[in-house]
Amino acid sequence: MATGVKPRVKVPATVAAGETITIKTLISHNMESGQRKDKEGNTIPRSIINRFTCAFNGETVIDVAMEPAISTNPYFQFEAKVPEAGEFVFTWYDDDGSVYEEKKTIAIG
Amino acid sequence: MMVLPLRANASATDDLIAEFTGGADLADTGITLTAPEIAENGNTVPIEVSAPGASEIVVFATGNPVPPVAQFSFGPLAGSQTAATRIRLAKTQDVVAVARMADGSFARATQLVKVTIGGCGG
Repeated sequence: MATGVKPRVKVPATVAAGETITIKTLISHNMESGQRKDKEGNTIPRSIINRFTCAFNGETVIDVAMEPAISTNPYFQFEAKVPEAGEFVFTWYDDDGSVYEEKKTIAIG
Repeated sequence: MMVLPLRANASATDDLIAEFTGGADLADTGITLTAPEIAENGNTVPIEVSAPGASEIVVFATGNPVPPVAQFSFGPLAGSQTAATRIRLAKTQDVVAVARMADGSFARATQLVKVTIGGCGG
């Protein structure tokens, strides 16, 4: 079970209409790969975030399927087009069924 | 076919790539994979994939116990078909990225990353 999961997202507050912006996201998560063993030699069970999506006003920007080979505290950087003012929704899906969501509103300025 | 144990994971990757492409030919151009030549810490190796006009990019680590790393699918609002992340590498190995282009063709890029400290525990 993952504890202390905290999503962080960097998005500019205002952009010009139609502009392409760079988005950086990071979520604190230990991403247990299922390959490691504890002191007694027992395998530590896998516990990762297996999917990350970013959508703007309901339209998909990026959808990432993640495997255990993604590092601890998964970080993603990508670009998005912003045709109008609206809201970015970032969603992370955990192995244990938890869903973490972060929203950022963006204005045209 | 006889395969040396050392190559076992590499051929597993080939099988996974064939599964993704349906056995289609892979072009060498149109996709860029940026990764460090030497990664001191295999626990967090920064990589960037970029394939203008791609709809999906998959990344494999050929020398990991489990080769698949991630699959990026780009939506209509993607500003560019580029993504950067950090991955785990168990040992020195080839990292492979395969892109599915909008026209249905495929492109592949490979980069050798030397790892000094492995990242998959044990």
